[in-house]
This record gives sequence, C-alpha cells and structure tokens, in this order.
Amino acid sequence: MTSPRNEYAVIGKPFPKPDAVSKVTGSAVYADDMLPARTLHCRILRSPHPHARILSIDTSAARRMPGVRAVITGADLPIKFGILPVTQDERALEHEKVRYVGDPIAAVAAVDEEIAAAACDAVAVEYEVLEPVMSIDEALAEAKDERIQDYGGPNNIHKLVALEFGDVDAGFEKADHIREDVFFFQGNTHLPMEQHSAIATFVDGRVTLWSSTQVVHYVHRALAKVLELPMNRIRVIGAAHGGGFGGKTDPFAHEIIVSKLAMLTGRPVKCTLTREEVFYAHRGRHPVLMWVRGGVTKDGRITAMHFKTALDGGAYGSYGVASTFYTGALQTVTYDIPAYRFEGCRVFTNKPPCGPKRGHGTPQPRFALELHLEKIALDLGMDPVDLKQRNFVKPMTRTVNWLRVTSCGLDECTDRVMTASGYRSREKRPGRGLGFAISSYLSGAGTAIYWNDMPHSEVQIKVDRGGVTAYCGAMDIGQGSDSVLAAVVAEELGLQPRDIRLVTADTDTTPIDLGSYSSRVTFMAGNAALQAARKMRDMLVEAVAAKTGRAAAEVTVGAGRIGDLTFEEASILGEARFGTLTSAGSYKPPKIAGPYKGSGVGPSPAYSYSACVVDLDADARTGIVHVNKVWIAHDVGRAINPLLVEGQIEGSIYMGLGEALMEEQAFRKGLHKWPSMLEYKSPTIMDMPEVETFIVETDDPEGPYGAKEAGQGPLLPVIPAVSSAVFDALGVWIDEVPLTPEKIIEALRRKEKGEPPRFGPVRFPSIPYPDCIKVEPPPRELDHASAASI
Amino acid sequence: MDRDVDRQLVALEVNGERTELFLPVHKTLLEVVREDMQLTGTKHGCELGECGTCTVLIDGKPELSCLLVPLQVEGRAITTIEGMAKGSVLHPLQHAFAEVGAAQCGYCSPGILLVAKSLLESNGTPSRDEIREALAGNLCRCTGYSKILDAVELAADQIRRSSPLAGEVAHRAGGAAEPA
Repeated sequence: MTSPRNEYAVIGKPFPKPDAVSKVTGSAVYADDMLPARTLHCRILRSPHPHARILSIDTSAARRMPGVRAVITGADLPIKFGILPVTQDERALEHEKVRYVGDPIAAVAAVDEEIAAAACDAVAVEYEVLEPVMSIDEALAEAKDERIQDYGGPNNIHKLVALEFGDVDAGFEKADHIREDVFFFQGNTHLPMEQHSAIATFVDGRVTLWSSTQVVHYVHRALAKVLELPMNRIRVIGAAHGGGFGGKTDPFAHEIIVSKLAMLTGRPVKCTLTREEVFYAHRGRHPVLMWVRGGVTKDGRITAMHFKTALDGGAYGSYGVASTFYTGALQTVTYDIPAYRFEGCRVFTNKPPCGPKRGHGTPQPRFALELHLEKIALDLGMDPVDLKQRNFVKPMTRTVNWLRVTSCGLDECTDRVMTASGYRSREKRPGRGLGFAISSYLSGAGTAIYWNDMPHSEVQIKVDRGGVTAYCGAMDIGQGSDSVLAAVVAEELGLQPRDIRLVTADTDTTPIDLGSYSSRVTFMAGNAALQAARKMRDMLVEAVAAKTGRAAAEVTVGAGRIGDLTFEEASILGEARFGTLTSAGSYKPPKIAGPYKGSGVGPSPAYSYSACVVDLDADARTGIVHVNKVWIAHDVGRAINPLLVEGQIEGSIYMGLGEALMEEQAFRKGLHKWPSMLEYKSPTIMDMPEVETFIVETDDPEGPYGAKEAGQGPLLPVIPAVSSAVFDALGVWIDEVPLTPEKIIEALRRKEKGEPPRFGPVRFPSIPYPDCIKVEPPPRELDHASAASI
Repeated sequence: MDRDVDRQLVALEVNGERTELFLPVHKTLLEVVREDMQLTGTKHGCELGECGTCTVLIDGKPELSCLLVPLQVEGRAITTIEGMAKGSVLHPLQHAFAEVGAAQCGYCSPGILLVAKSLLESNGTPSRDEIREALAGNLCRCTGYSKILDAVELAADQIRRSSPLAGEVAHRAGGAAEPA
C-alpha cells in the first residue's frame, strides 16, 4: 500500500453515470427493445378467479390456431421454485390450483403478440371456484373451503415469529408512562416505468435469457431448478433496466416460460408483461397491521417496547419470511430500546404476492414507531424531537437484538434538518404543519438468502494495453451501481471513471454479485472492486518501480500516470513482468448475526441514517394535503458520487410521498381495484415539492472509502413525517397509510363530535403467536478491535 | 402470413427520413416505430395513454404514440428520441439530462426529453412551474422529478447563452471519448 491520500481524485466528485448518454439518446437496449430474427412472442393466460381448483385445461384449440408455435401448461413446468429456500411454493404455470387473479396458467408462443393473445383466449380451463380469503382477519379464521397453501398454519397463517430481548416486563415496570397504539399501512406497488420483459434463446444446447431483473444470479438458480439444466448451460444477462424498486428481485414466471418456449421451438421467445400484468406480478409493499406498546420514564427515556405485526402476504411466500422479521428488526437501530419484544405474523391471502419494496418490511413499522413516540411525547408534554433525540442510538454500540451499529450520524442529520427547516421556530397557523421523523436502513443484508459461504460480491479487473475492464455481476437498475464500480477502480488506478470499461450482470462473463436489492451494491461490490483495484495497482506500481529503479513507495499513482510513465506504458511493463494482468477482489460481510434463530434478518455491515422534516398545508374543508417542502439529511457514510446520492435521496422522498398520500394496492371481491397507471395514483411532477437535501458523511469504518447506502433509507422517514405534519396542521392523527382526503375529513368529523381525533385501526386481532424465544442482550459497548469478530 | 388483417401502404416521415410501410391499419404508431422501423428509443409504459412514456413529436408538438395510428400522421413530421441529437452532437437537453443525473433508469427519459424540447422551442425561458405544467403528463418513478426540473432549466440557459450555435453544445455522443 502506498501512503494514504487525504484527497481523492474521483471519490466525492459529481460525475455523470457511465451510461448517461445511451439513456438520453434512446440507444440503451432494454429487454423489450431486442427483436432478433424469427422472434416468437409469448402471452400468458392468467386466472380470472382469486381462488380456484383447476379441473382441466384444454389447449387443443389454441394449438390449432395459425401462427401458434407452442402452448405450454403447468404440466410442462411442474417443478416449484421461490426466492427463499424455505418457501419453494410457486410454479411458472399452475395446473392444480390458482391463488390470485393473475396467477399464470398457460403460455403461448406465436409469430405475433395478437395471435398469442387470441390463442390464450382459446385455452379452455375448467375451474372449481373456492371461497377467496381477502383480509388478515379472514386469513386468521378457519378456511371456508380450503387453505390457500398447504404449509404454514394454523388456518392461513404463513409464518409466526416471537422474540424477546432482555426483560420486557421488568422494563415496563420501570416505566412512568405506558402507551399503546394501533396502526395500519396499506400495501402499494413499485410501478416501474418499464413493464417486466424477458427474451430467451436456445442455441447449441444452451439457454440465454436477457431480462429486466435486479438479480441475474437468482434468476439463474431458478431457471436451473425448474428447467432441470446445469447452471453452466444457462446464461442470464441483465438488459438495460427500466426501474425496479424491489419489484424485479424475485425470479418470475415469464422468465422461466420464455426459456422453456425457446427450448421447445428453437427460436427466440420474448414476453413483455402488459401494465395490468405488472400489477399482478407485484411483490410490493405488504399491508401491515401493527400494535405497539411503549414504556418511558418521565423524562422520556424508553424502558421497554413490545411490537406486534400482522402482514398480509398475498398468495405466495416470495421474500415474506424475511419481510416478517424486518417488521421487527430495525426499530432498535435508531432508538436505544433496553428491552424489546417482537411478535410477527404473515398470512396468505388470495392476492398477488407481496415482497420487497424499497425499505423492505421497514417503512411500515417506521411509520408506527415514529408516530407512537410523537404521541408519547405529547402525553408527557415534551417536544417530540427532544424525546426522540434523547433515545438515539450511539455509534459503536450493539442493540438489544444484537445488531452492530458502527457509524451513526443521527444527531447531525437531525441538526441539519432542524436548522434548515426552522422547525422549532415555525409559525403556527391553522392548516399548515411541519412533521419530523428519522430512520435507518441496511447497507446490504449481512446474510445471504440461501445458506452458502461464498462472497456476496466479486470483481475482476483486466488491464490490457492501457485499457481497463472491470467485471462484476452487479446489476445497474438506474441507481448507478456501474458508476460506483467505475469510480472505485478509477480512483485506485489514477484514472477517470470514463476510462473504465464495465461488464456487468452476465452470469457467463462476470463473477457473482447478489444483485441490486437490500441496498447492498455500493458497500459490497464497492469493497470487492476496491480490493481488486488495489491488487492491480500494486502490480502496476511494482512493474514501474522495477523498471525505474525506485522503491514502490516512491511511485505515485494519479492523473493518468504511474510514476513517470503513462498508464498505458505502465500496463505494458506490467504485462511484460506478470503476464496477463488480472486481479480479483471479493467481499463477504462479517459474521455478526446474534446467537438466536431468526438473527439472520437485520444484521448489516453498516446502517445509513436519515432525518426529515415535511412542511405541508392540509385543507380542513377538503382533506387535501399539499406538501410545500421537504428537508432531508442522509448519513451516507461518504458520497462516492454526490450527484447520484442526491438522485437516490430525491427519488426516495418522491416515492415516500406517493406512499404517504395516495398509492394503494387495494382489492374488491378478489379483483385489483385499479390495475392501471391512471387509476393507481402516483405523484406527477405537479405533486412533487421542492426538496433540500443534505449529505452527511460519517466515514464508516468498513464501507468503501467510508460509504454506506443511499437508495432506500431516505424513503423511510418521509411517511411518518407527513402524518406528523398533518397532526401539526389540523390536530388529528391519521394512523393509517395512505393519508387520503377522506380519512382526514373523517378524523376531523370525529374530532368535532368529541370522539378521539384520529383515523386508523381500532384493534389488533388475536394471533396465536408461539412463546417468545428469550435472548440475552449482548454487551452494549463495541470497540473497533472486536467490531468484526463477534 | 398466418391471418388476415387489413393492411395499407403508409408513407411516414420520421426524423426527416421518409419511409413507406405496408402496415396493418390498426397497428399503433408506437408499435410501428419500435417494431417496423427499429426505432426502439421510444418506450412504452402502459399502451393506454396514461404515462407519457411513448411521447413523440408530431410537427413539433408532443403526442402519445400509443394512441395514434400511422394513417393519422401521414405527411406530418414525426420526431422520435433518435432524431434529437444532430449526428453525434447531443441536443443541449440531452447533454443537461446526462450531466445532472436527470436520467436514472432512463426509461421515461425519451418522452420527457421530447416534451421538454417542444416546450423550449415555444418558450425559451420557462419558469419552474411552466416546466412542471409541460411535463405533467409524463410519469417518472426514479428521480422525484427534481433533477429533471434542474436539467430543463440548465438546458434553457445553455441554449440562450449559445444562441448563435442554435442549440448545440460541443459534447460528443458516446461520452467517453472526450478529447483530453
């Protein structure tokens, strides 16, 4: 290693994404833009019933239609798959039972899309319709006909979790004040602008699939399992990506279907979902009902907390077991809770499966927790910001549930938004309110989805006649993960990001990366790239040192030069000395999960922190909320590219405001109420307020150059801050997301009648949680030496 | 062919090039541009006129290509995103969008860029509210629209400053190969 540099040449400087020009010229190739010669088009027949047994499927008429080249059903793809090893409960095509409106049943490959659609209509399916289960309450009760899935239970319960850290009862006994609240967070969906699309070929006995996926590796695994092919005969390539937000993190039926159809027909087969089908693919935000009981001393210190959640999971497992744990995991990462009990439950319902959406499982409890603490502060006559700040976790500590907190910029984030917004000196006038909230999120999950000891990310670098190529399985979904790779490699080799050629998200040519979810890429692929780049740098420096008769420590790297030589000259020397110049780096998170079952969800090598103030006007006559401005400060550790960090923060605020005020995946009699972009309300540019963003840098000890995540965390505080601002404006609590005008009007009506001035759920159902697994809390203080080895 | 559909010969002028195509009469302009002309820069998000993604310019004005059939636009000047740069020289809007990070996943960018181009051609100094008004029909899920507003303002500014160059800046498409 050469001497540490105080100033970076690339890191921390704003620069355009490597693919910016292709994105603004229309030349980026998304999956649906591909149309190789002889491509067949695929359409999928989907269930019109929310819950039904399939008695028979007759495809003969469809097969006879001119232009139809293949028709397949579940009998052709009977093997089940699923993202988590414990919930392999999906089929690409279902031939025994359908579980939601939109469940795939048959697929057609035809010479054009219209023929494929007509052939789907010609497939005759006989159903025995079953009673649908459409709510948490219905799922908890005994099934009228039969259970949705044949695992889990009792009734339609999928998963039950019960954990207790420290002595919760004793904690409540120490409390001077105890409060209970119930909250509901409605489900919503990712609504990526790009409809999911996949195209497969079958050439020389090998399947190649291009897809708009967030994780090529998981699609690769699912294809191998269902198609019964070795992984080395399947290649998955991430096409240019038109937006994910978590919605393209599962392997999907259409990806398997086009691969199978390509194998059967020997022709390229493409499937692009219609917008309506995207609503059925879903995997979006779980609707979650929450109950929280908090105890505090009279000066506002939390003594104990008990948190219960009930998640409406939809028809399949997806990431749901992880989602369930996440509704209880991260409360302790922002507030010092000395004793904590968490009981979680996920149920199956006859709706499209829920899964991970930006913030995965944590926006719902964050909404509940922040409002619960606001209410406690009011009960005590305290300023809510003071109460929250009094309980902030400190850097270099462990939480009661064994989560390791290293860098933590909560105080600085809070100070920045307090000062900028003038929250404490705000002018009180009816209808205008300010709300404050904080949050935290993972910089990548500390454990893999399926048990293995492989690194979570690997990067290879090749230097050849001055050209640098970095190979990594990471998938750029628009957030700029390619930019992180380019910046890290460029920084270490003394080049500019544009000098680095990138090959990413291709299971044939790139080493593994677990993909773009759980905010992991900057931290994990960034660290892998850093290790690979430093090895390459050392080789180039050694070659130049040997040639020029200097010590390696005297050879400086920067501005396109290595010592006195140009990078190209140095690379030729290096190749002469070492042969082919390649280097590799990998990253595996430290083993920091606590000693209890279920401890795998929650640990992360580092947590980001955010604080947010929302300023809004709420009309007491119409219930309409107009957001005036949002201030947000985000502890990203270090901004590798501040331009893109700002972009992630602004996008998170936008998505948070959409969830807070309008977005809603709702159903009536088994049918999605509004599977279209017109009726599923999302914010337009007219709805988006001005935003003031502060990037806070805490230089995380394990992040690449100190960096942490930015893509998900900043969404989390926005939603409770909106509700808190509505209370500030109108004096009513809206304990249910989204905060639609009719809920605000109803709460105001209740207030006027002298009823409790709130809108939200009144009760939490009785759930047969098992006895809590009792876990001794860890030692709280954490020293640097032991940080990575507990 | 495998089925009977009504077809008609249609002459379209897209990005200054005239092409004659024998098309099913019901095929949308969006489908024709993408599938028959391989101009896949035009994207689609709903195919129902709801999201603005498939916007093209017809005689300089934004229209949703998913709601048009080619017969309606015969003889009129159609501009797609591929027609926005002059050769390898980016339009100032494209340059600004790339520079300030207004394109994240980039899927809505072609439509938004074309609407912004139309706006700046009729109003060279739009206020932020006028930009919002113009882009009200274009959804974006990535950016929160903040950097899109910044980029349109920046481009308007650049066009004003370089008015003798009539809206071109010296930035090469392809990006990476800037002269040192």
